[in-house]
Amino acid sequence: MKKIKNPENLEALRQTILSRRDPSIQVARVCCTTGCRAGGALNIIDSFEQELADRDLKDKIEVKKTGCRGFCENGPIIAIESKDVFYNKVRPKDVPDIITETLVHGKPVKRLLYTDLESKKKIRSEKDIPFFRKQVLNVFSKMGKIDPTKIDDYIAEGGYSALVKALTSMTPEEIIETIEASGLRGRGGGGFPAGRKWRSCREAPGIVKYVIANGDEGDPGAFMDRSLMEGDPHSIIEGMIIGGYAIGANQGFIYVRDEYPIAVEHLTLAIDQARSYGFLGKNIMSTGFDLDIEINRGAGAFVCGESTALMNSLEGKVGEPRAKYIHTVKSGLWERPSNLNNVETWANVPLIIDQGAERYAETGTRTSKGTKIFSLVGKVRNTGLVEVPMGITLREIIYDIGGGIRKDKQFKAVQTGGPSGGCIPLSKLDMRMDYDSLYEVGSMMGSGGLIVMDENSCMVDVAKYFIGFLMHESCGKCVPCREGLRQMHEILSNICEGRGEDNDIALLEELSHFMIEASLCALGGSAPNPVLSTIRYFRDEYRAHIFDKKCRAGVCRNLFEYYIDEELCNGCTVCRKKCPELAVSGAKKALHVIDPDKCIGCGICYSLCMQEAVRVR
Amino acid sequence: MSFEKVDLILEKYECRHDALISIMQDIQRLERYLPPETLKYVSQRMEVPLSRVYYIATFYKSFSLEPRGRHIIRVCLGTACHLNGAVQNREQIERTLCIRDGETTQDMIFSLETVNCVGTCALAPVTVVDDTYYDAVTPGKVEKILSKYAEESEDIESEKD
Repeated sequence: MKKIKNPENLEALRQTILSRRDPSIQVARVCCTTGCRAGGALNIIDSFEQELADRDLKDKIEVKKTGCRGFCENGPIIAIESKDVFYNKVRPKDVPDIITETLVHGKPVKRLLYTDLESKKKIRSEKDIPFFRKQVLNVFSKMGKIDPTKIDDYIAEGGYSALVKALTSMTPEEIIETIEASGLRGRGGGGFPAGRKWRSCREAPGIVKYVIANGDEGDPGAFMDRSLMEGDPHSIIEGMIIGGYAIGANQGFIYVRDEYPIAVEHLTLAIDQARSYGFLGKNIMSTGFDLDIEINRGAGAFVCGESTALMNSLEGKVGEPRAKYIHTVKSGLWERPSNLNNVETWANVPLIIDQGAERYAETGTRTSKGTKIFSLVGKVRNTGLVEVPMGITLREIIYDIGGGIRKDKQFKAVQTGGPSGGCIPLSKLDMRMDYDSLYEVGSMMGSGGLIVMDENSCMVDVAKYFIGFLMHESCGKCVPCREGLRQMHEILSNICEGRGEDNDIALLEELSHFMIEASLCALGGSAPNPVLSTIRYFRDEYRAHIFDKKCRAGVCRNLFEYYIDEELCNGCTVCRKKCPELAVSGAKKALHVIDPDKCIGCGICYSLCMQEAVRVR
Repeated sequence: MSFEKVDLILEKYECRHDALISIMQDIQRLERYLPPETLKYVSQRMEVPLSRVYYIATFYKSFSLEPRGRHIIRVCLGTACHLNGAVQNREQIERTLCIRDGETTQDMIFSLETVNCVGTCALAPVTVVDDTYYDAVTPGKVEKILSKYAEESEDIESEKD
C-alpha cells in the first residue's frame, strides 16, 4: 500500500476513496457496538445479507456496521441517511420491510420510527429527536457514520488530516502551544490541563519517552471510552501519534479493560491499518519520527485506572500505585518520562489541530473548553451517551435530552464522577456542568458518568454501594484506604441493616477526613466523596435510617416491608407462584396477601407484578 | 498434562517479563482457569519467582485459581445495574443454582461471578453469560435465561453417552 507522505497524498487518497463510492448505492448503517449487539444487531446484519442475496440487491444496497450513536437503550439502531430515516428497536424480522419500504420505495416503516415521549408522534429524522437536538457532536462526529474496522471510511470523513497537518507544517513546540491554547483538560477524571502535561513530559530529561492511552474505563456507569474505542479507534490513534511527535515519544501503549473485547479487536485492526498507510512505524511521513503503538489488556483491577498503577501493570507487575512526589511525566513507565491521557482526551487532539485552538475554545466555559461525553444512565427515560458543550446545565441534560425521570417519578439525585464523585441533589439541578462547578458541589467530572436516581433510590445504600465497591478494589498497599474503607463499610452496613447508632454520621465524617489526608493515591483520597456528599445533601435520610429505622425508598431490606395493594391486585397468582419462600397466599382472582414473617424481601413479586400492586412501606 | 500450548504462548511473547499478565490471560483462555502445575511451569520457563506469578494471579480479578464451569455467568454490579436491582438478580441466580458468587455448580456447568461494570449501562441491569448480553434482567427472568444453557449442556452430556 502506498505510504502517505504529505497533504497532497492524503487528499488524493481521499478523493480516490470517494470516487470509488457509487452514489446510487443505498447505505443502511447498523450500529454494531456492544449495546446494540446485546439487542441482536449481528442477527440483523445476517438477515440483511440473506435478504439482499435472495432478492439480488447486493449491488444496490450496502449494509455498514458502524459505531455507537449513543442511543443505546433504543437499540439496535439503523440509520438510512439517503432517505433521512432513523429506526430504533429493530428486530431481524423487520429487515424485509426496511428493504422493501424504505430502501426500494423510499417510504419509512412507521412502527420502527422513534416515538416522541410527550406527543406520542413518530419522528422520522435523527436530528428531530429531542435526545439528539441539544447535543454537539464533535468527538462523536464520525461515530455512527463510519465502519470502525475500515481506515478508508475514517479518511473519507477527513480523518488523519490533523496528523498530516501537524507533522508537515507544525513544530512540536507549535503543537504543544496549540493544545495549551485550546484549554483541553484531561477527560479521565482529574481535569489536568493536557498541554501543560505534554510540555512537562517534552521538557523532562531522557531519550526514551512514552505516550499512553488510558482505556481502563473502570468507573461503573461510564462507557464513553468503550464506545470510542469500538466505534472510532482511529481518532484515538491519530491523537496519540500527534502527541508522540510533540512530546518526542517513540512508543505508545493503549491499556484496555479486559471486559471490552470488541474494543481490543477494533484497535488492533486500526493500528495495523494505520501502519500500512505509514502513519505508524519508522520514519512517519518522511519526518524521521518513529512511533509504534501496542495494546495491553487489563485484567480486572479498578485501581489500574490510576496512572502509576496502570504503568506498573504495563510492566507486567501487580497494579499497585506509588506515591507521586515524582510525576510520571518525569519518571513513569520503566522510570522514563511518560505521558498518560484518557482515550477521550486523545480523541480531542485531532479536532484541535484541525480547527485550531481558537475555534475549539469557543465551545465551553471559561475554565472548561470543548465538549464532554456523558453517559446518562439510571432512572432516566432516554439513557445512552450524550456529547454536550461544557457548561450546559444538569437540567438540560436530564430533562431536555434525557426526557425526564422514568414512570414520572420524583427526581432525587444524580451521581457523577464514579466512585470518586458525589451525589448532586435537586437544588443544584441548574448548575453548569464543568470541572470547577462540579468540584464546588462536592463531586467531580470523573470520566463523565451521570447516574440519575429517583425516589426509589436510597442514598445511604448508594454510599454503601460505592464504599463496598472501593473496599473490594483497594489494592491494600496503604493503611488509610485499606482499613478506612472496611470500617466505613461496616458502619454503613449497620445503618442499612437497622443497627445504626447516634454518632455514626460524625464517625463517618471523621474517618473521611482522615482518609482524604492520609491515603497514598487518588483512589483512597477521593473514596469518601460519595459518603460526604450524601451526608451533606441527604442527612435526613441517614437520620431516618438511624433513628426511625425506616428506608422510605424501599431498598434496605430490614427497614421496610412489601405489601399488596387491595385496590390494584387482580389475583393473577404470579407472585404466589414465584415466591421462593411461599410467603404469598390468596386464591385465583382474589386479593393476595404477603406474610411479613416469611417474606425475605427478595423483590421477585415486586418485579413481576404487572399491576404494580406490590408496594413498599 | 503436556505444556505444548503453553509453550506456544510463551514463545509468542518471547517469555518477556513485562508480558506476564498477557501470558497468564492467554493461558486462562485455554482452560478457563490457571492450573497450579501450569503456573509452576510458567515460573520455571520464564525464570520468574512463583511468588510473583501468584501475586499477579491473586491480585487481578479476572484470574481464577479454581476450575470454572462450562458457562460463566457474570452479573454486572455497576452503579446503573445496582440501582435497577442487580443484587436481587444475583440472589435469584444463587438460589436457582444453589451456589454463591464466585462458586461453580457441582456438575461444572455454571460459574457465577460479579463484575463491576461491563459498559452497557443503558441496558441495565445486565447479566452476561459467556459472550451473550442479557438486558433489563429481573429476578423473574433468571430461570428462563439459565434453562437454555442447562438444556444445551444436557444435550451435550447425552450425546457423550
